[in-house]
Amino acid sequence: MSPASFTVEVVVENKSLARDPEGETIHHNLILKGGYSQVTNVRAGKLLRMNVEASSPGEAEQLVRKLCDDLRIYNPAAHVCQVRVVS
Amino acid sequence: MVKVAVVQFPGSNCDLDALEILQKTVKVPTDLVWHKDLKEDQYDAYVLPGGFSYGDYLRAGAIAATSPSLETIREATVAGKPVLGICNGFQILVEAGILLGAVLRNAGLRFVCKWTRLRVESTRTPFTNLAKKGQTLRIPIAHNEGRYYLDNDQLAELERNKQIVLRYVNETNIPTKDSNPNGSLDNIAGICNKEGNVMGLMPHPERASLPILSLNNQPDGRLIFDSMIRSFENTVEGENR
Repeated sequence: MSPASFTVEVVVENKSLARDPEGETIHHNLILKGGYSQVTNVRAGKLLRMNVEASSPGEAEQLVRKLCDDLRIYNPAAHVCQVRVVS
Repeated sequence: MVKVAVVQFPGSNCDLDALEILQKTVKVPTDLVWHKDLKEDQYDAYVLPGGFSYGDYLRAGAIAATSPSLETIREATVAGKPVLGICNGFQILVEAGILLGAVLRNAGLRFVCKWTRLRVESTRTPFTNLAKKGQTLRIPIAHNEGRYYLDNDQLAELERNKQIVLRYVNETNIPTKDSNPNGSLDNIAGICNKEGNVMGLMPHPERASLPILSLNNQPDGRLIFDSMIRSFENTVEGENR
């Protein structure tokens, strides 16, 4: 199969036990104050969107997972990292 | 003769302060070394200064941690040489995995620049060997990402191995929520590696090493650098024995 371009998103956020003051502030001081009481929790994180050449979505995802681990795109002591192919 | 390196990264901005104090106040031969030029472990100690290496992009210290100079510094740590990470230098050591944990954004979401009280929890490092356990040091902080964090089981490991070196405390020398400027776990301000030769701390000892810059003219930060000199003397004595 010839390589195609895939868009892969990486989301890095604090582990659930590590407080996320930015998410808490957005939740309490903006969303709840704005009347959206249905929202019960907010976590702020970092999004990296990458264009990746690969032969399949699975290969693109695997490559990005590997680079996240190898290059410490997240710090495993404090963060969780999700990788998803979006297109 | 011993020689110290202050390692400069793009975005370091406390490098010259550390260099000045080491050369002119502590009077130890010291070179300012651009990170790309640090290819061999040819110094007796290393200081990673404060600043905003690589603009703090991705995470404070994360990109500098991948500099080949960190491999040289890793070799030095294995050889038992003293390595000190101040503020961004501490973040770099953590991101390089040389020290445990992570340094996250301040709990108050603000850059905090103030004098702190620090209690010395361990005198076994080459940067605290002149201190008395429980002694208070007045050293300032200036950071946006200083909230030390790690999992509970790793915290227990840190405690067990006596790796907690400094804690933020109040006027009565007790670690309290009010005396914790950034939400650090357990009021931790500085830690060392298991062996004790590598220390990272968020406060800036180089900013409290001259009386005129220090609270009540007491240059408490000098103790960190003077301890390093003492550790060299001990090493030389040990080698001559």
